[in-house]
Amino acid sequence: MMQKPFAITLDVGSSLANKTGSWRVERPVYVDRMPPCNDGCPAGENIQGWLYHAEEGDYEAAWRGLVEDNPLPAICGRVCYHPCETACNRAKLDEAVGIHGVERFLGDRAISQGWHVTVDRPPSGKRVLVVGSGPTGLSAAYHLALLGHAVTIYEAAPAPGGMMRYGIPKYRLPRDVLDAEIEAICSLGIRLELEHPVGDVVEEMQDGSYDAVFLALGAQLSKRAYIPAADSARILDALSFLASSEDGEPPRVGRRVVVYGGGNTAMDSARTAQRLGATEAVVVYRRTRAQMPAHPVEVEETLAEGVKMTWLSTISRVEDGKIVIEKMVLDETGFPQPTGEFETLEADTVVLALGQDTDMSAIAHMGDMSVRDGVLQVDDDMMTGHPGIFAGGDMVPAERTVTIGIGHGKKAAHSIDAWLRGERHATVARHELATFDRLNTWYYSDAPKTVQPELEGIRRRSTFDEVVGGLEADNALFEARRCLSCGNCFECDNCFGVCPDNAVVKLGPGLRYSFDYDYCKGCGMCVTECPCGAIVMEPERV
Amino acid sequence: MDDQQVKFYQVGSFAVGNRLLDGGKHTVQADRARSNSLTSGHRACQGCGEALGARYALDAAMRATEGRLIAANATGCLEVFSTPYPETSWQIPWLHSLFGNAPAIATGMAAALKVKGRSDIRVVSQAGDGGTVDIGFGCLSGMFERNDDVLFICYDNEAYMNTGVQRSGATPPAARTATTEAVGAEPGNVFGQGKNMPLLAVAHEIPYVATATVAELHDLERKVEKAMSFRGARYIHILVPCPLGWGSATSDTVRLARLACETGVFPLFEAENGEITATSKIRHQVPVEEYLRPQGRYKHLFTPTPRPEILKKIQQLADRNIARFGLLAGSDEAELVGAEGS
Amino acid sequence: MLRQIEGSRAVAEAVALCRPEVVCAYPISPQTHIIEGVGVMVKSGRLSPCEFVNVESEFAAMSVSIGASAMGARAYTATASQGLLFMTEVVYNAAGLGLPIVMTVANRAIGAPINIWNDHSDAMSVRDSGWLQLFAETNQHALDLHIQAFRLAEELSVPVMVCMDGFVLTHAFERVDVPSQEEVDAWLPSFEPRQVLDPDNPVSIGAMVGPEAFTEVRYLAHVRQLQALVRIPELAAEFETAFGRGIGGLVSPYRLEGAETVVVALGSVLGTIKDAADALRDEGIPIGVLGITTFRPFPAEAIAEALEGARQVVVVEKAFSIGGHGILGADVSLATTGRGPSVYNVIAGLGGRPITEDSLRRMMLQGIERSLPPLSFLDLDSGLVERELDRMESERRSGPSAENLLRDVGTVPARAS
Repeated sequence: MMQKPFAITLDVGSSLANKTGSWRVERPVYVDRMPPCNDGCPAGENIQGWLYHAEEGDYEAAWRGLVEDNPLPAICGRVCYHPCETACNRAKLDEAVGIHGVERFLGDRAISQGWHVTVDRPPSGKRVLVVGSGPTGLSAAYHLALLGHAVTIYEAAPAPGGMMRYGIPKYRLPRDVLDAEIEAICSLGIRLELEHPVGDVVEEMQDGSYDAVFLALGAQLSKRAYIPAADSARILDALSFLASSEDGEPPRVGRRVVVYGGGNTAMDSARTAQRLGATEAVVVYRRTRAQMPAHPVEVEETLAEGVKMTWLSTISRVEDGKIVIEKMVLDETGFPQPTGEFETLEADTVVLALGQDTDMSAIAHMGDMSVRDGVLQVDDDMMTGHPGIFAGGDMVPAERTVTIGIGHGKKAAHSIDAWLRGERHATVARHELATFDRLNTWYYSDAPKTVQPELEGIRRRSTFDEVVGGLEADNALFEARRCLSCGNCFECDNCFGVCPDNAVVKLGPGLRYSFDYDYCKGCGMCVTECPCGAIVMEPERV
Repeated sequence: MDDQQVKFYQVGSFAVGNRLLDGGKHTVQADRARSNSLTSGHRACQGCGEALGARYALDAAMRATEGRLIAANATGCLEVFSTPYPETSWQIPWLHSLFGNAPAIATGMAAALKVKGRSDIRVVSQAGDGGTVDIGFGCLSGMFERNDDVLFICYDNEAYMNTGVQRSGATPPAARTATTEAVGAEPGNVFGQGKNMPLLAVAHEIPYVATATVAELHDLERKVEKAMSFRGARYIHILVPCPLGWGSATSDTVRLARLACETGVFPLFEAENGEITATSKIRHQVPVEEYLRPQGRYKHLFTPTPRPEILKKIQQLADRNIARFGLLAGSDEAELVGAEGS
Repeated sequence: MLRQIEGSRAVAEAVALCRPEVVCAYPISPQTHIIEGVGVMVKSGRLSPCEFVNVESEFAAMSVSIGASAMGARAYTATASQGLLFMTEVVYNAAGLGLPIVMTVANRAIGAPINIWNDHSDAMSVRDSGWLQLFAETNQHALDLHIQAFRLAEELSVPVMVCMDGFVLTHAFERVDVPSQEEVDAWLPSFEPRQVLDPDNPVSIGAMVGPEAFTEVRYLAHVRQLQALVRIPELAAEFETAFGRGIGGLVSPYRLEGAETVVVALGSVLGTIKDAADALRDEGIPIGVLGITTFRPFPAEAIAEALEGARQVVVVEKAFSIGGHGILGADVSLATTGRGPSVYNVIAGLGGRPITEDSLRRMMLQGIERSLPPLSFLDLDSGLVERELDRMESERRSGPSAENLLRDVGTVPARAS
């Protein structure tokens, strides 16, 4: 037994009696911030959250996290214009995380592995009708089914999928992928009635004893423009053109095809025309490239396939085998004005891709429905003026994309669920945005985006094979690990490590950390050194 | 940096932990069961770099020695804030004697262990920059030349902080201290003075010398671990920013250490037996101004009258380090390769 | 075994017999022969296991000893004079930490002016450090005191300094009785440290202690020294039983029976003093001698008792507090205050000045006559001092300060010296 001299020799660790937390004037607090990807996702995916699982290689957990919000990952991974990546903070470091690639990888893997979700709620006893089996309708049906409701989908077309089948070409969305994800949704016990057009919603609601209806009719009427044309001129509307190439009776388009319009449908049409044998496809658009509504990625891919583009031009008339275009200039407000200069282009076929409208005939007679500017008005809960009838997707005011439709479907499903219980769906307050300046990026390795393999341009022009390949498992893992986990603790141990006072308690895998305020002096080092900005200092209360 | 063969992860090898790593490859600091050689309740200032550096280094040494570690400690902040009667924050066997004799104390410990045949127990000795480059230099040099089996760690915060921020032989040019005030024609510490202690250690041709900072934990832990793999005298010089003495935000301690490296102001290198064997490359080079501006001790370089000519001189010193040690990626050959004539 | 060897060598033999585990060496005259002697025994393997560390300074020597002692190793070093002063900070520290280090001080004067010869200024300069200080009268004393010192230090966990007069003892060849290893081993148990640095039982040694406990720490150190006053005579008695030599203890009385005059001193000068006293005794003068073996702790009670019957006490010592008084003299005065004797303090032998029997006899006679001044300097060259004082007096710049200033800058001629 040691005879320790008084005062000079001390028992180890005895300073724990000294609670230095009393020095503190500010205290660190863990927070979750909204990652920009999540913030930007129209489907409301918790992207950072599912990437977290993918980083570990736990793809199933990642997929399960993903499909909590979006039942169509394999599709979205292909066709979504990924606003998440536009918002991604990593873009400011090197390149945005290729979220869509990982999403697609997870969706494809779920298909190949047969992962599926199950309904774990007891049946609610409520019946809900979904009109339309596009992404909006499918999403709503999926979420309603998960919430325990009996769901029936009426689809006017002979096959489900809406625009995903009849508007998006195969080379962007292979049909086996589309079919697989629709089938997975339907396997939740959803009844799908094809070739069931809805003439009168109220009638159908009564006939089927539905407690609520969700309208997701889409926008499938091509807008027309008056263009003087010779009788022999071959003019097609883009939707019919794309749909007929899906039906297996591809239209003959000739050697030279002019596509009129600047949206994604225009791009798809031009690329499809080349695949149908056109040797030259030209996009004519009345404004500039920068003003094209098509997604820049689509424009890039389209140009890469050899499609030519004539900007600041309108078609004045269509003649036999050629069109006359008038050059435009932008006025000071950015609006195109005619110049009186004309040119002639050779064209065997003209495809009009000028936008779409919704066929509102099913609700036309209803006095409590409000249609403005060709779209159906809904409230914050996506309910129309008619109680119990909700609507979403292309037929309501919003941008028209697959992912927005999926988001509408989810939101509407929750609103319908609440409405059926006589409540309103409570929305969760959004966390503060995890902006780039919140991050300490020094801790992240430099790692450029994995480029998905692309079919060689010449080959892709001639086939409907999928243009963009998927990520291999290793690449998907790499890509997932590029996530900065903005605003959300990913258990990097920095706070645990950098605290000079050992005042951070590591709680174990998945449990994150807590502060030991007995000893935390409030220096704020954990805040500065948190790579993802998930800690803030708050004034200590008196 | 080849310290860890990690599959790429979002935080690569730079954060403290990495939940995707195999257990054995974790940093010591990521381990919930780390020894916390210096535990909570110590009286270091908020954001103290030295408290952090000491725990980093000693915990790493504890892992390397499987807990068979004895420490000698010079007088200074580290000693004062850790052991005011009746409480000590140390959890390892530790002895404080005087300001200038920590290396010799350690020599005695090592000699005792040798005579008792206890090669399993290792000795570490630690001091601030004053206790190392100034008052302890004689004892340190003696310990080096005898090649005693001691790892000496200098926690360099570049001045005598415990006594109220006075200049030491490690105080950089232009820095304001209480004895190099920011007044007169050459405000702050003068140019052309000071000791490069790491290179002096290299010149002793001891088995191992390394520099490190509290900003690069993986690097620091690897160096400590490597140091413990040698027998004989070893020296690690750790830059530990001091919010009090540097006039910096308490939250900026690690950040400033990082900037010291990224500017080239503080080169990270290793040497064995008198030869420089490795340097850590700068990942994102930044001008010295980014490092200097957040520090109150350099405030006179920016306000009330900006002193670009002084900044330029400091930049030249950093550039010299960069060239001398080959700190930029791609510059494999440093100008200075070991001690000449060795 | 009786051997005719140099004092330093005798001490080296004694130290080696005590089996120190870490010995630090830094050369300084007149200590060097001791450490050389230990060194060769370590290098040859005769003293093993032992780490012999050639350090870069006395400061390091004591520091290394602290480190070794705190690790539970028996530590020894030796120094003198400037070396002792250079390590003074560490000397205090070793005592404060309560580490049982043994050190030989081969007493030597302190410069400037630099002087390598013997006096006690060095040891006296650290008398307040908390070390026990034992003074050897002969080389046999020195040898035996070292053996006792290790046991004393380790029993009480305090450092012990064995002082022996530089050159006078260290370099003197005398017959000494060197005990056998078996005898020493039997008498000196292996070192069982009171506190030790051990990974299995970690402690923090060397805490900072503030006003709330510092006085208590110092008081406890004082009490420990007072305990030594009890233990030292006991150990001397045990030593005598084991080795047959009554060496050690607190004080060493010589012919005190009926002594009206007693001369008190430390160290080797006691031999000459005893010779002078013997001569006076033979002449029928009741004079005796009291040697102080243990100077710290100061055996005030033992001294007072020994001086009980004396009318006058002459304290002869080889150091003094400049501007003040003799150091031992002051301590003896304090110990005898109110007990009768007049204490005369004689400073002698500074910087190696020989203390002759003749001078001592004159001093003793003056003491007996009570004609000594309270403080005097044996064999001071009064003529030289007077001349120097006169010269200084004549050069002293007095008068109006303005004139002095002008003289400094040369406008007024300096006075001829």
